[in-house]
Amino acid sequence: MDVELRGITKRFGSVVANDGVNLTIRGGEVLGLLGENGAGKSTMMNILSGLYSPDEGEILIDGKPVVFQGPGDGIEAGIGMVHQHFMLVPVFTVAENVVLGVEPTGRLGYLDLKRARAQVDEINQLYGLHVPADTLIEDLPVGIQQRVEILKVLFRQADVLILDEPTAVLTPQEVEEFFGIVRSLKEAGKAIVFITHKLHEILEVSDRVSVMRQGRIVGEGDPKTLTEADLAEMMVGRPVSFTVDKTVAEPGRPMLEVSDLVVLRDNDEIAVDHLNMVVKSGEVVGIAGVQGNGQSALVEAITGLARAASGKIVFDGKDITHFSVRQRHSEGMAHIPEDRHKSGMVSSFTIAENMVLNSYYEKPYSKGMAIDWPTVHKTAAKYCVDFDVRTPSVFLPAGNLSGGNQQKMVVARELERQTKLVIASQPTRGLDVGSIEYIHSRLIEARDEGDGVLIVSSELDEIMGLSDRILVMFDGRIVAEFDNTGGKADRNAIGLAMAGATEGAAA
Amino acid sequence: MSAVTTDTTSEKIATGKARQARIVGGVLIALALLVLFVLDVGAGQVATFKLSRPRDAIVLGDLVVPGQPFNLVAAALLAFLGVRQFLRGGVRWTSISLGVGLAILVMAFLVWATADKSFSLTGMLQATMVRAVPIALGGLAGVLCERVAVVNIAIEGMLLAGAFTGALIGSLLGGWGGLVAAVLVGGSFGLILAALVVTFRMDQIIAGVVINLFVLGLTSYVSSQVFAEVRSLNNAPVFRAWKIPLLGDIPVIGPMLFNQNLFVYGALILVAVATYYLFHTKGGLRARAVGEHPRAADTLGVDVYWTRYVHVTLGGMVAGFGGAWFTLGSVGRFDENMTGGRGFIGLAAMIFGRWHPVGALSAALIFGFADSLQQKLALLNTPIPSEFLAMAPYIATIIVVAGLIGKARAPAADGKPYVKE
Repeated sequence: MDVELRGITKRFGSVVANDGVNLTIRGGEVLGLLGENGAGKSTMMNILSGLYSPDEGEILIDGKPVVFQGPGDGIEAGIGMVHQHFMLVPVFTVAENVVLGVEPTGRLGYLDLKRARAQVDEINQLYGLHVPADTLIEDLPVGIQQRVEILKVLFRQADVLILDEPTAVLTPQEVEEFFGIVRSLKEAGKAIVFITHKLHEILEVSDRVSVMRQGRIVGEGDPKTLTEADLAEMMVGRPVSFTVDKTVAEPGRPMLEVSDLVVLRDNDEIAVDHLNMVVKSGEVVGIAGVQGNGQSALVEAITGLARAASGKIVFDGKDITHFSVRQRHSEGMAHIPEDRHKSGMVSSFTIAENMVLNSYYEKPYSKGMAIDWPTVHKTAAKYCVDFDVRTPSVFLPAGNLSGGNQQKMVVARELERQTKLVIASQPTRGLDVGSIEYIHSRLIEARDEGDGVLIVSSELDEIMGLSDRILVMFDGRIVAEFDNTGGKADRNAIGLAMAGATEGAAA
Repeated sequence: MSAVTTDTTSEKIATGKARQARIVGGVLIALALLVLFVLDVGAGQVATFKLSRPRDAIVLGDLVVPGQPFNLVAAALLAFLGVRQFLRGGVRWTSISLGVGLAILVMAFLVWATADKSFSLTGMLQATMVRAVPIALGGLAGVLCERVAVVNIAIEGMLLAGAFTGALIGSLLGGWGGLVAAVLVGGSFGLILAALVVTFRMDQIIAGVVINLFVLGLTSYVSSQVFAEVRSLNNAPVFRAWKIPLLGDIPVIGPMLFNQNLFVYGALILVAVATYYLFHTKGGLRARAVGEHPRAADTLGVDVYWTRYVHVTLGGMVAGFGGAWFTLGSVGRFDENMTGGRGFIGLAAMIFGRWHPVGALSAALIFGFADSLQQKLALLNTPIPSEFLAMAPYIATIIVVAGLIGKARAPAADGKPYVKE
């Protein structure tokens, strides 16, 4: 089945998300769709799946124009979307999730789960998905959950599969398996749209690539003849450097020592399991690992947001295990949280207010019980200049800023003080290449000034690029350690360790 | 590099659970001491439990329990269960031990209270079932609503509306007319709640409270102003017990299950139907999906808003039926606020029963048991004021809901309005 998008334009208020986009999708082919966050990829795919209707332009399926009224119409026409955030009911089994909405039924609406199971197994066999039909979704690893999403789409007889950032949650090995599935789908004649911002993945798996920037298709080509640099330049609109410029680290005294740390989740399960680690001054330590292996709990325990069930946290020689967040902060700990909306900023506060969220009670921002607003505004304006936060005014609500500028605001607030230790969790998630480069250079700068820097990220590229030493976290523990001086750590071995292989190769 | 091996899963047994197991152990040992020293029966005293009434088809002999030995054994069992919690295996047995322990406590208590007296077990079980009906139906209404993620705090008001309508229309058109009207009125309040919380996205708790206050105010006004003047409007016929042949003659459980009125049979059937519907049909699967992950359901073409409207309305109808029990199923006359918080207890039964119809019914039976126990004990002249006994089930609910016996898990989207993209 071939699908053609012609002159698709979609506006949200004054923002043009898609601007006259033309795109062809062919059966038996993988189309790589590349673009930064906010380039308009998701909008276009939502139009294709029927969730949005375009303001201008038309969709043709096998040459015939179609009009979609709602999300059901896309799937009816054979276009299935695998969302970046899984649409699965955690307490249902695989089979229940797959058949939901198109259930095989007997008399009186009786739900024929036996038939559902058989149907699921049939698709399993056909494409080599190996998904257990009777397991609850919540008991499955993320990689398998993703296959359930693919199963769901195949069960509805989709001929076009849109995969939105499918590799974001996978380990390198899972990505390989995933590509295997993509190839077998292709061989079965399905058309696949593979959306990502990871260049090497596009080159590896797609037959054709289209690059989007600011709502337009800015380049198309054959991945066999294109290089990563070409693609990056198309995507960003200027040449991009992939490596973080940095000198060899000169580690000094231990800045953070974590010993035998145990942190529990809300449901009393063990999130961090007798973990030991050290971060020295003047070095960047990266924690690699698939999301959900206790990284968040570790960061929360170090920064004081979560209680340590047992173990010890020592910060520059001082036992801070039972310190409050504010005490840790005044000792010189900076925290760039993983989710800025949840714990990094207050969207409805102004940029100036956000800039002093961590220090409003100190001099010079407070005089007695009153906040000295002129000083706050002056300082915030200076921070904005220093950290390249692009805004017409510090009096605007922080929520009005783009994601990249919001994150730079948070980074500015955390780093524009005397710090000794920087904890950065997913510091560049969802940001554009320019902001990523900037934040990376700032983190290296903090290192060069003698701070200890701890980076937690699920993007292995980011860990590899920034860290001097790499720790791999799996199931609440550090399972492997790699020296990354000069970026020489073995990517494959890290990947294996992330997947929990315990024999992990030496570095 | 250093490769650290990950430990076996046995170490994953969370320390929290072990702590919980020890708490339960402590509670059980305390109960053992309670039975030993407080519920102490004098030597030679016997408790006589009557298992049937003289005119029953099959007459069983009385069950005579020697008080002192029985309670000594009970205390020993409780102590054993408690000590066991501190030894290995306690974690796995926590909930079961606590359940068994509480059952033993109740038995020991009954023996103590009945020492040298006699007590009709059959009569109490029958009363248990009757008193469980409005709570079970309230709980079932709650299950239907919360399974589609609408918190229905208005069950109390819906019960009251059902009771009122049953009395009023029942007086005018007879019992069946009153029953149908009660169900319809309950359903309309369900529909109103659905409109408020689904379409207008009003806060679900506030919407429920508003309905409760409205129904309470309206029915109290009419009952004090109109019913007091025109008594014929508040004099409805009552559905009498209808004994099922043969089954009703089974000793002990026969009178409890098979010699009851329409409302008891109705509640049992509704629980069975709801269980089948929720867990074995296409509609039930969709409803549960809406309660757990509405966006997922929406992307698969399930109409979230429609599903919520339907189930909340159905929940209202069930509550209306339950409300009619107060008038058409028992006294035939409406009194101000005669539901007395049974709707809220129904909600507790729903949580206690882990959002499952059968669970809600079981929980309702426990509440009903405590309720009827309190009544019968007043006749036995125990030193404990019966009001204290009436509190027992609520204390149990607090313990359960606060999570001593594992966390009862509500539907994931419970209470959250759904906004389409």
